[in-house]
Amino acid sequence: MKKNIKKGLIFMSAAAVLGASLAGCAKDESGSVSTDGSTSMESVIGYLGEAFTEENPDIKFSYNPTGSGTGIQAVLEGRCDIGLSSRDLKEEEAKDLDGTVIAIDGIAIIVNPENEVEDLSIENIADIYTGKITNWSELGGSDTPIVPIGREAASGTRDGFESITGTEDVCVYSQELTSTGDVIQTVASNPNAVGYASLASVKDTVKVLSVEGVMPSEATIQDGTYKIQRNFVIVTKKGTELSSAAQKFFDFATSEAADEYITAAGAVPVKR
Amino acid sequence: MEKVKKTAHILEKIMRTIFTVCGFFAAVLVVVITVFLLISGIPAIKEIGIVDFLFGKVWASTADDPSYGILPFILTSVYGTLGAVLIGVPTGIMCAVFLSETKKGIFGNIVRKTVDLLSGIPSVVYGLVGMIIIVPAVREVFGLPDGANLFSAIIVLAVMILPSVISVSETALRAVPKEYKEASLALGATKTETVFGITIPAARSGIITSVILGVGRAIGEAMAVMMVSGNVPNMPGLFESVRFLTTAVASEMAYSSGLQREALFSVALVLFAFIMLINLILNFAVKKKGK
Repeated sequence: MKKNIKKGLIFMSAAAVLGASLAGCAKDESGSVSTDGSTSMESVIGYLGEAFTEENPDIKFSYNPTGSGTGIQAVLEGRCDIGLSSRDLKEEEAKDLDGTVIAIDGIAIIVNPENEVEDLSIENIADIYTGKITNWSELGGSDTPIVPIGREAASGTRDGFESITGTEDVCVYSQELTSTGDVIQTVASNPNAVGYASLASVKDTVKVLSVEGVMPSEATIQDGTYKIQRNFVIVTKKGTELSSAAQKFFDFATSEAADEYITAAGAVPVKR
Repeated sequence: MEKVKKTAHILEKIMRTIFTVCGFFAAVLVVVITVFLLISGIPAIKEIGIVDFLFGKVWASTADDPSYGILPFILTSVYGTLGAVLIGVPTGIMCAVFLSETKKGIFGNIVRKTVDLLSGIPSVVYGLVGMIIIVPAVREVFGLPDGANLFSAIIVLAVMILPSVISVSETALRAVPKEYKEASLALGATKTETVFGITIPAARSGIITSVILGVGRAIGEAMAVMMVSGNVPNMPGLFESVRFLTTAVASEMAYSSGLQREALFSVALVLFAFIMLINLILNFAVKKKGK
């Protein structure tokens, strides 16, 4: 008798679990697009996602801001439909994945608004970040030490910045922060600091420097005169067909219709 | 009647099973975590070499020629925890003395309620306050180029361990029999002498427990220290930008792959071993002195 009751309980709970999982499956899977990756692309994806959901109210759009490396890993493992990377795919990654550039982003060199320095050359920037120049007076600023702020090792922004300035693996950072927002916040609160951040996310709490005499702007980034720039890439798996919803989003993000949203988000559309 | 009894009996049995399962569940979790950490942490240590791993001074996990030395993290965690204990424990114990010695007036109650609130504040909030107030303050006060360093982290950690030190110590101090204090006072000792000579030693084991909790919280904290310590894998110095064992795992795990990821598991294993070791040492101390 006791045993029967126990069995009954087990059966009932099993049925409940089964029922719940079945209910979960009943949802139309094709009605969702999941994206995962670069935190620098947050603003661009935010605009694109919103516009996309407005046009397709039945499709659920999600974005998981984890970082370029994780996003690429997630597509590879099939944990999301579309990966977001703020750097070009590495050779070994390109074996299994396709990268499509949807926008270009300028990496702005930012300092505290109190700082008098207005322009730096790429060489200056490299010298600052490798510890050769340690005082702002060497660059025409006040006699205060330079505090170089950077991002954590796997950040797409850091990768872009270091490869353009030729400082891979030799940067001497004073702080390695884990998000664009933290970098901006730290530079805004420390008069000695210099940092780099996606132009799309820079606010007026910090001062943007011109590089080699060129201010970062849509025009200078698109024609390539502003040197510190990188690509925003959406990543898909080779040989795997996207769900119809994900394909719809992919088509939208790579179409001309997306340009106005990319611009609104502060990034620069690709020249077609 | 018989039926009611029977139903009650069955219910008893069922509940007993549930309690037992829950009890074992917690124990099993510890075992699973330990085994998981050992399995995933040991391969990288083997590949890197235990001496190079534990005593290597350079951590450059994403460089072309990677180097996985975690001595900077270990020392930072040890110094950071020691510093936090050095500041937080005396302050916490004195606060506990204040709370246990004051009659249950409004003032004591306010302090007690505030301390309780302090323990409920999420660590990310501590980090945020540290980042916006303590880091710039440390920069100004010490005339440094940058305030994100070990010292700022120690201050944040010291504040974070206060609640556990205070509440556990207070309970222990309150449990000291009134007669001890009365005897001491009757022999002519002053109140201060009584507190330090009688009450605190009598409450020793409870106070040590509070220190264990504090150390555990300090060495295991990641979020708050990540926001104030600068997060660069330097060898620790008081005003150096540093990275802790916890923040090493937290800041790189999301992006890591291959040997780097395995090495991060090894870092977690080392952290785990540290916490176990500290618990053992302090538990041993409690038992020995309790006799």
